[in-house]
Amino acid sequence: MNKKTLFIGVSLAIVLAFIAAVSIFKTEQTSKNKNVKATPTNIVERMNAPTKGSQDAKVTIVEFFDPACETCSVFYPLVNNLIKRYPGKVKVMMRYAPLHKGSDQVVKLLEAAHLQGQFWPAVDILFKNQQRWTRHHVAQPQSARALLTNLPLDNEQFMRDVSSENVSNMIKQDITDGKTLKVRATPQFFVNGKPLINFGYKQLTQLVEEAISEAY
Amino acid sequence: MNEIATKNTVQKGWMLLFLVWILATISTLASLFFSEIMKLPVCSLCWYQRIAMYPLVLILPIALFPFDAKVTRYAGILVLFGWLTALFHVLLVAGIIPKSAQPCVQDIPCSETHLNIFGFLNMPMMSLLTFSIMGLLLFLVKKSESS
Repeated sequence: MNKKTLFIGVSLAIVLAFIAAVSIFKTEQTSKNKNVKATPTNIVERMNAPTKGSQDAKVTIVEFFDPACETCSVFYPLVNNLIKRYPGKVKVMMRYAPLHKGSDQVVKLLEAAHLQGQFWPAVDILFKNQQRWTRHHVAQPQSARALLTNLPLDNEQFMRDVSSENVSNMIKQDITDGKTLKVRATPQFFVNGKPLINFGYKQLTQLVEEAISEAY
Repeated sequence: MNEIATKNTVQKGWMLLFLVWILATISTLASLFFSEIMKLPVCSLCWYQRIAMYPLVLILPIALFPFDAKVTRYAGILVLFGWLTALFHVLLVAGIIPKSAQPCVQDIPCSETHLNIFGFLNMPMMSLLTFSIMGLLLFLVKKSESS
């Protein structure tokens, strides 16, 4: 056989085999996704974690997030849209997954703000001004702290809470549960305990819609 | 007679080199399948082995058309680097090299394996095997050329 024909033939065979493997894997995964078991809520959810949306909502989106994560800040308005689109039916719970350098200090600020009911305004400021307090994906806790000074916070209490054991325990709990749930990247979503396997806004919306049709 | 003999060694060398290319291409696509499709995490040692493997897919066809046995020098150094990294990786997974010596990110430990075929064939082992076979084949290409 001609060498060139041999080469082209084998190349084509390998590429076709690859495409076949990908499509077989994808179809298998979609059928598996439908039967994914929900993780028990006591691991996915945490008492007193910040939530938004109606407390009676039967669909809970749990988001493991890092305030320094760019994709998280891109998803922030999208997740807000989901709550607005299904009023009373969907709520979101935020849990900390400080994967970036320096983020462990920044989530302490957020949790301390949460104790004074200012989690959402604080996270709003941090996401909107993310470039101002992160440098090359490294969080600068001092700059983040400076941005939060305009919030109506009891400053002394806030400073005490930031370094308190209570706050660091809450964060530790989130990190432990994140490890159990294999949260390796942020944002990681769980809808009523079901993990979002194929990442994307469309896929998240789909997962939420499925949960709504199951719950209501 | 002499001309036929030369032609035969070229044929043999070409075939061997072609085999190396097939191995490299299958390995490349398989590793991409694991990381991009199955979304398995890639540790840093795996990346070093990829650095050695992926260029072969592009370099070897250039040496196949027309056949150029000198490529064993250029491909050989990549295979050697990949082989050494794979050996280190296998020893790490086997626990022979202590964990503290590993150059890994905390989130993706190199000492953890995801795949296990026949009880011994995990990914670093497959990598070591592939690099070994490729090294052997390249050596045979060189030998068939010099003889």
